[in-house]
Amino acid sequence: MSKKDSEYLINRKDNQYEVVIGLEVHAQVLSASKLFSTSATKFGAEPNTQVSLVDAAFPGMLPVINEFCVKQAIKTGIGLNAKINKRSVFDRKNYFYADLPQGYQISQFKDPIVGEGKVILDMPNGQKEVGIERLHLEQDAGKSIHDLDPQNTFVDLNRSGVALMEIVSKPDLRSPDEVNAYIKKLRSIMRYLGTCDGNMQEGSLRADVNVSVRPKGSKEFGTRCEIKNVNSIKFMQMAIEYEANRQVDLIEEGKTINQETRLFDTKKNETRSMRSKEDAHDYRYFPDPDLLPLEVSEKFIEELKNDIPELPDDKKKRFIKEFKLSPYEANILVSDIDTAKYFEAVVAKMGKNKDIRLAVNWITGELFAVLNSKGLEISQSPVSAKNLAILINLIKNGTISGKIAKTVFELIIDGDKDPQKIVEEKGLKQQSDPKTLEALIDKIINDNREKAIEYKQGKEKLFGFFVGQAMKASGGKANPQLINEILKKKL
Amino acid sequence: MSDITKQSLTKLVENIRNKKLSSTDVTKAFIDRSKKSENLNAYITNDFTSALDKAKKFDQKPNLDLKLPGIPIAVKDLFCTKDIKTTAGSKILNNFIPTYESTVTENIWNEGAILLGKLNCDEFAMGSSNETSFFGNVQNPIDRNLVPGGSSGGSASAVAGQLTPVTIGTDTGGSIRQPASFTGIVGLKPTYGSCSRYGIVAFASSLDQAGPMAQNVKDCALLHEVISSYDPKDSTSIDFKRNHYSKELTNNIKGKKIGIPKEYRVDGMPKEIEDLWQKGIQYIKDCGAETIDISLPNTSYALPTYYIVAPAEASSNLARYDGVKYGFRAKGENLIDMYEKTRSEGFGAEVQRRIMIGTYVLSSGYYDAYYLKAQKVRKLIKNDFDEAYKKVDAILTPSTPSSAFKIGEKTNDPVSMYLNDIFTVPANLAGLPGISIPAGHDSKGYPLGLQIIGKAFDEQNILNIAYAMEEKINFKNKITDWWIK
Repeated sequence: MSKKDSEYLINRKDNQYEVVIGLEVHAQVLSASKLFSTSATKFGAEPNTQVSLVDAAFPGMLPVINEFCVKQAIKTGIGLNAKINKRSVFDRKNYFYADLPQGYQISQFKDPIVGEGKVILDMPNGQKEVGIERLHLEQDAGKSIHDLDPQNTFVDLNRSGVALMEIVSKPDLRSPDEVNAYIKKLRSIMRYLGTCDGNMQEGSLRADVNVSVRPKGSKEFGTRCEIKNVNSIKFMQMAIEYEANRQVDLIEEGKTINQETRLFDTKKNETRSMRSKEDAHDYRYFPDPDLLPLEVSEKFIEELKNDIPELPDDKKKRFIKEFKLSPYEANILVSDIDTAKYFEAVVAKMGKNKDIRLAVNWITGELFAVLNSKGLEISQSPVSAKNLAILINLIKNGTISGKIAKTVFELIIDGDKDPQKIVEEKGLKQQSDPKTLEALIDKIINDNREKAIEYKQGKEKLFGFFVGQAMKASGGKANPQLINEILKKKL
Repeated sequence: MSDITKQSLTKLVENIRNKKLSSTDVTKAFIDRSKKSENLNAYITNDFTSALDKAKKFDQKPNLDLKLPGIPIAVKDLFCTKDIKTTAGSKILNNFIPTYESTVTENIWNEGAILLGKLNCDEFAMGSSNETSFFGNVQNPIDRNLVPGGSSGGSASAVAGQLTPVTIGTDTGGSIRQPASFTGIVGLKPTYGSCSRYGIVAFASSLDQAGPMAQNVKDCALLHEVISSYDPKDSTSIDFKRNHYSKELTNNIKGKKIGIPKEYRVDGMPKEIEDLWQKGIQYIKDCGAETIDISLPNTSYALPTYYIVAPAEASSNLARYDGVKYGFRAKGENLIDMYEKTRSEGFGAEVQRRIMIGTYVLSSGYYDAYYLKAQKVRKLIKNDFDEAYKKVDAILTPSTPSSAFKIGEKTNDPVSMYLNDIFTVPANLAGLPGISIPAGHDSKGYPLGLQIIGKAFDEQNILNIAYAMEEKINFKNKITDWWIK
């Protein structure tokens, strides 16, 4: 394997292979109630406590579309720069399973609510555009629990009927790193829009991964395999790596690749055949006769467009322009909506005489370090944006030094205290009175006459010694700039 | 009053309002007659004890402003009724007690009606003779061992036999109109979207409609007025202005143009049906309306189209009966085995046949040739009606190609059974209202019906035409009470 110019290729003897990846991402719509019923969707509720007669498919029960979920899907489509279809159709996907009460899943097959779109990825060697094939709405199934009883399977229908958006990419991805960037970008956009919380641990975001390989330079696609239901980015990357190499090995051995559905075994780090194309389900899709085609007006779409917040790509552009950030810094700040919100709150609280650079450094430095060590999200930050802004302003206006600021920061983490008060209470205010400092320095020079002479004779390294002595004598509070100036004058 | 059960719904309502009869009198009379009529096998489940309690309660504090004040009514066992077993005529739901009420039945209780019981029907409404019911044949009150038609066979038998003043049935391809015709009563299949499907065990969602069955047109209009309502719980329910059908009922149809479609003159149709139709044309003219020969060119494709669309939807609608959540469950070695045994034992032969047909026509590789093509033909059939309605206000046809047949006569010949629906399915495919009214007797003395098909949402018009014709026809059902113990 080589990563020349970040190109991801698989090498065998004389041959190089390119990997072609397409994703079908299942994103749970952020909605208080389900796609076709009024049941709640809260994660982690007691089994079968969020199930209506519709969700459990009782006789004579009928689905009624949840308009909010439709809005969420359209907003997501807008966020993906995609075509919104004014007319879409719900179909039934028929198959039997214990956790599928209706015996079919209501989905959209031929006419999805959202058509073609694109997302831009920021890769180390530049931007990459990934095509979106479509986005459609569908119901989630319930959950079968096989390990609670040796004889029986238990079924939890809380998830049954929860709205999902299936976002299908074009086969535009070429490496595990791009998949990583793509999933993160999708998640970022949806979190900005508030249409999916993107929580992979809770299963709000999972993906089927289509992988094929082809000789480098070839224009034709190889036979693809679909790896079902992978629920973390790391596993997606591992699965792709394994699967691509497996396919290359088959080609090298002169064997053929069977189009099939495979499962990724996270313990063994390998993919296994689940069913071949011949065994594929015949889902007998047909338009759900219980639901009329879904029609939305231009006005409806326009109103949603007006409701779209600034999205990561635009925010990034603005940060670069307005705050003179590097693309790299801007990326770090915009990729997660909560980070962006925090940064913007700090900027706003800093007031007129703000120092953006200090803010960026403090957020990506000290704050991120604390969050990391405590395992917290920025939304749970122990220091509010307001107090961080105050702290930064204290540095900016010379009240405290950067070094003292770090001490103050340590002190305000616990209980989100006001840095101004801490500085006053602990007497950490920087000494910037020239007379006091001159007296202090005079004493140090007096106490270290020999070193002062050595310095004057050309041992310039000793300047640092005097600075250190002065800072020590002031308890770290002396304004280092002033100390420098006075020392230069006096020595 | 010994003749209570002979009274029309309109008369009963009048007598209760005038306090000539109490709800208890009426309810008791229908319960007594229902009990003596076990030979008809019209009921699957009776709710007599509770009905009598409700009638007494009604009489203590009667609200006479209601449209169905204290009127006992038995309904087809396809409507989910809260706390009352609802089987759809199937073994697979033999133990199913809903915790909810269908909108249509809720509407009649809200107007003061009282549930008498649940009436027999073909299993999941799939049948034209009530012979596919898990709960056995229903006898036609007209004669011994005669089918009452289907699928609302128990409903038709119960109205004709005076076990209930009126009833509600469901009609997917003729399940109200054909049994109405076979038993000498009136049955209306409303416009698709007029009556809510919420809480009705689904057969074919794009075709199913609930509708009234009654002894006469006025009763039919009154009951329709009660059951038809816009319901947000059914996404296919339509919010249109509904008439006070019984109040606005008139026999003045002068100047109306009634179409006579030549394609309904099918090969092998008995002469007496043709004669009946001609008589009907004469009645129309006698009422001062005009008849116009029209063409509905795609009529011959209606039945095959129906037998693709309906089973396709049914195969999917019935997937929920899998033994997992409610209803009958057979023991199995594993999940698949349990499914197979539950559905093999729980569904009868006709239902299994239709599930298989439906599964087949939706299968990949066959979908385009069958289901998709059928949907296209369905559109053509609807276009035929649209064209015709540019020239006429309604269409007159026979209701069925024959009178009622003997029990067992067609059970081994599904195609000949399916042909029963030949005149009724087009209205379902086009979503149009159709009403069957008794119009005469055949040589055996069995009733024969005529059908009036209307424009969408134009129930008032076909009720008016039926009402005017009814007066001219002056049909008398020959009920001998042969089955009474």
